[in-house]
Amino acid sequence: MIGAELKRGIVTENPILILALGLCPSLAVSTSLVNGLGMGLAATFVLVASNIIISLVKGFIPEKVRIPCFIVVIATFVTIVQLVMKAYLPELNASLGIFVPLIVVNCVILGRAEAFASKNNLFRSLIDGLVMGLGFTVALCILSVFREVLGSNKLLGLKFLPGFQPMSVFILAPGGFLTIAFVMGIVNYVRQKKEAK
Amino acid sequence: MSAISLIQISIGAILINNFVLMKFLGLCPFFGVSKRLSSAVGMGMAVVFVMTVASMITWIIQNALLVPLELAYLQTIVFILVIAALVQLVEMILQKFSPSLYEALGIFLPLITTNCAILGVALLNAGINALTARPYTFLEAIVSGIASGIGFTLALVLMAGIREKLELADVPGPLKGLPVAFVTAGLMAIAFLGFSGFDFFR
Repeated sequence: MIGAELKRGIVTENPILILALGLCPSLAVSTSLVNGLGMGLAATFVLVASNIIISLVKGFIPEKVRIPCFIVVIATFVTIVQLVMKAYLPELNASLGIFVPLIVVNCVILGRAEAFASKNNLFRSLIDGLVMGLGFTVALCILSVFREVLGSNKLLGLKFLPGFQPMSVFILAPGGFLTIAFVMGIVNYVRQKKEAK
Repeated sequence: MSAISLIQISIGAILINNFVLMKFLGLCPFFGVSKRLSSAVGMGMAVVFVMTVASMITWIIQNALLVPLELAYLQTIVFILVIAALVQLVEMILQKFSPSLYEALGIFLPLITTNCAILGVALLNAGINALTARPYTFLEAIVSGIASGIGFTLALVLMAGIREKLELADVPGPLKGLPVAFVTAGLMAIAFLGFSGFDFFR
């Protein structure tokens, strides 16, 4: 069951590459693998924690005010992440900048709270948060690897290919759009091939 | 603070650091609402309006409540709640006092709550910025709110115009839909990169 869930989060319902949710952080922070991984893990933590709390309190929340309630739960965990990151990972915090507090409005997290955690029990919500967070992280890592290698000829800060002239447009804003366009194109191509079979 | 710095803030927010194309804020509505020109204009107007009001309210809360009471760590929670409440309030006020404006903007307003550009502009106003090396004053915050909204609208309207034409183009199968919109946005961002030569920050 875990295997099937993992496949759903990372491949068939990947939040970024298939559902196109959470685009702002995924394009803005994927300039290097460290940033991408940091953002992915921070969002995964918030996603799992908020899914747990929301599935526990879903019975007490009136239908009409559920969205503000979800946002407060999510914002609380984002503040925890913000304070922890500021204390222990100040460099990562500085390079992610405004996108750490903006995890609050990441539509992946609110989307899972609304579509899944508010309807399912604790254990299933926890697993869902975990696999969706992993899918988000994996997609972010794919984007960041392309952008870091093409844009600065480095991977994890180390020199990648000697003699390769990096195209710095890939770490600037336009590169983010172009990278996700072609990664999504490849994903669509593979999907269409599979469906044709 | 002079009129010059207000102009610098506006040009900075509209062209040099365009919210959508340079800072990646508000991408969901940017790709979601840019299929038709008329809805793009409506969404843009709603964003300008809410961003301006949100800049004002969050500036007051930041400087009258959070800073004096040393509660700045609650910023994220307070700002998102204020923005969510504000959007609801704006919706109700418009419905009551200006039905025609409500007709035009109504369907876009609920979408704005989770638009990261609104929270983004509030956080950027409250943070230390490159231009003045301190948080914005009240007037600067309002100008930054209006200009960021206009920058968002500009990108959205340009994009909608291109996408309407793009529907007739022969796009390779796997790139149809969203991927080709990303390529378009990428090319637009390269064009906007040209504005970064404006040396306004020194």
